[in-house]
Parts: sequence; C-alpha cells; structure tokens
Amino acid sequence: MSLWTWVLLACAAAYATKLIGYLVPGRWLDHPLVTRISGTVTVALLAALVAMNTFSGDGGISFDARLGALAAAAIALMLRAPFIVVVIAGAAAAAGLRLLGLP
Amino acid sequence: MSKTYDDAGSRRSPKFTPATKMGLSITLAVSLFGISFGALAVASGLSFWQTVALSALMFTGGSQFAFIGVLASGGAPAAAVAGATLVGVRNSVYAVQLKALLNPRGWKKYTAAQVTIDESMAVATAQEAPAEQHRGFWVTGIGVYIGWNLATIFGALLGDYITEPEALGLDGAVVAVFLALLWPRLRSREPWALAVLVALVTVLAVPAVPPGIPIVLAAAVAVGWGVISQGRERSRSPEGGAV
Repeated sequence: MSLWTWVLLACAAAYATKLIGYLVPGRWLDHPLVTRISGTVTVALLAALVAMNTFSGDGGISFDARLGALAAAAIALMLRAPFIVVVIAGAAAAAGLRLLGLP
Repeated sequence: MSKTYDDAGSRRSPKFTPATKMGLSITLAVSLFGISFGALAVASGLSFWQTVALSALMFTGGSQFAFIGVLASGGAPAAAVAGATLVGVRNSVYAVQLKALLNPRGWKKYTAAQVTIDESMAVATAQEAPAEQHRGFWVTGIGVYIGWNLATIFGALLGDYITEPEALGLDGAVVAVFLALLWPRLRSREPWALAVLVALVTVLAVPAVPPGIPIVLAAAVAVGWGVISQGRERSRSPEGGAV
C-alpha cells in the first residue's frame, strides 16, 4: 500500500475514536452516578494532562525546565493572576531556565 | 472584569467571555507547536500534502507526532497507524465527557468529534455555566484547528529554518494551561487527593505504557474513585455538588 493509504487509514481511525464517544446512548449518561463520575473524571483528566506535559520525555520521565513552569504557574494561580498571566508565567519560566542552561 | 459576563451575554457580543479568552490564548500557544509538527513531518519523509492531510484530518497532536515518530525511526507504516491510534484512544473518553456536557446533535456532533482534543475538552469542562462550556469548547476547538493547520503549512514549507518551540518556553505554557484549568476545581480536600493520586499514577505509567494510555488509566482511576465516594456519600448526609 502506498504511504497515502496509511495516512488516510490513520486519519479515519483517529476520527472514529473521537466519534464513538458521541454515539454512546444518552440514556446511559442520565444516571446520577454518571454525573458524579463525570466530575471525578474531569479532575483526573486535567491532573493527568498536567503530569504528562510536565514529566513525559522521550520514552520515559524527564525532569527539566517544565518543572519550573509548573511552579511558576502555581505561584501565579495562588496570587489569583488572570489566565493569560498564568500561561505567560509558565512560558517565561521554562524559557528563562533554558537560557540558564537547564534541559 | 469577569463578573457580569453572564447577564451581559444576551445584550452584548459574547466574544470576550472568560472561556473565549482562554480558548484564544490556548490557540496561540498550541498552534505554534504546529510549526514544529509541519517541519518534522516533512523531515520524516511525508510529502507536503500528506503533512497537511494529517493536521486537517487526524487533528490530534499526540497521534500526529506518534505517526511521524514511527516513520522517522524507520518503522513500518502499519506500526505508525497503530501507534497513532493508541495515542488517540483518550479522545474517546473526552468525547463521552463532552457528550454528557454539551450533547451536540446532528451535524454538530460530527464537527464536535473532529475538534475533540485535549485543549477543547479541558476548557469546556473547566467552565461552570453551560453557555460558557459551549463557548469554551467551540472557540478552543475551532481556534486550535485553524491555528494548528496554518502553522503546519508554515512549518512544512519552511522546514529546517524553524527554531524549536521549547526555546520559547511553549511547552511550559502548555503545562501552565492545564494547571490553570485544573486549579479552580481544587477547592476541597477530595479533589486535591484525587488529583495527586492521578498525577502519581500518570507519572508511574508514562515509562510503562504507550503514549496516550496514561490518560486513559487516569480516567479509570477516576471512575473507581467516583463509584466508591458515591457509595460512601449515600450513607452520609448529601453534600451537594460533585468534585
């Protein structure tokens, strides 16, 4: 098969994995337990995305300038900074630490 | 600044509500990563149009990087498809979340599916008001879609001339984005405990399982947590509100 076929196959698979979640019958989602779980899953997904984006490196865990970004963002949030300031603090911390020679 | 958006929404243009602003700032940070995707995809042996097709049709960054990563390391195209699909499984979890939250119907469902990614899910679920959840999802999803695709074209054309987004601290910006979206939910001890547990599970899982799967494990932990805490709460007085 040509590379094009594989590219389109991968794209179709990606769309199917997204769409399948929307095709879950609505009835299944009405249960009060689902509301409860939806709350815990939201916290978990966000926490996992924070952890992944901070620590995942090439095929494993890595400790680098992103830890500084995490700390800077946490401090900005504790000081009740607006969203965009928090994001800029994270970027500036990572960029600054790399200028200082951190990986 | 953000106090009056709810009742002002009907009278004024809802363009710059907090969810919209979040979506637009995230669009900017995340889109710039599309430049490095475009450059790396061409370097890994894809043609310009194949690179453009991946961003336009696959549109889920982790899977796209997995696809070209396998090809660049000399892997078979079938392995690239498998890797990309595995990384994308978390989008199914997001889609169920978003169906419960937004319940898009008709053609909107098929469009929503395409723009279901880490960022659009995160911004939507971080909002309290339903109107803001909708705005957060669509502004982030469509914003990142446009930005990511333009940046891919740019990166694919300029290739080697592009500097690493890491030098600009953009990976740090992404960390900050997700922490900022999680933060308002950490108002009591239970969500804190859950978040710490899940972060730990994720970090331990990252070296052990394929990329993308730690997020699915995190969701499984949360389902277990939800079932157990629901059972416990039923025997106590109702506390109102989920995590």
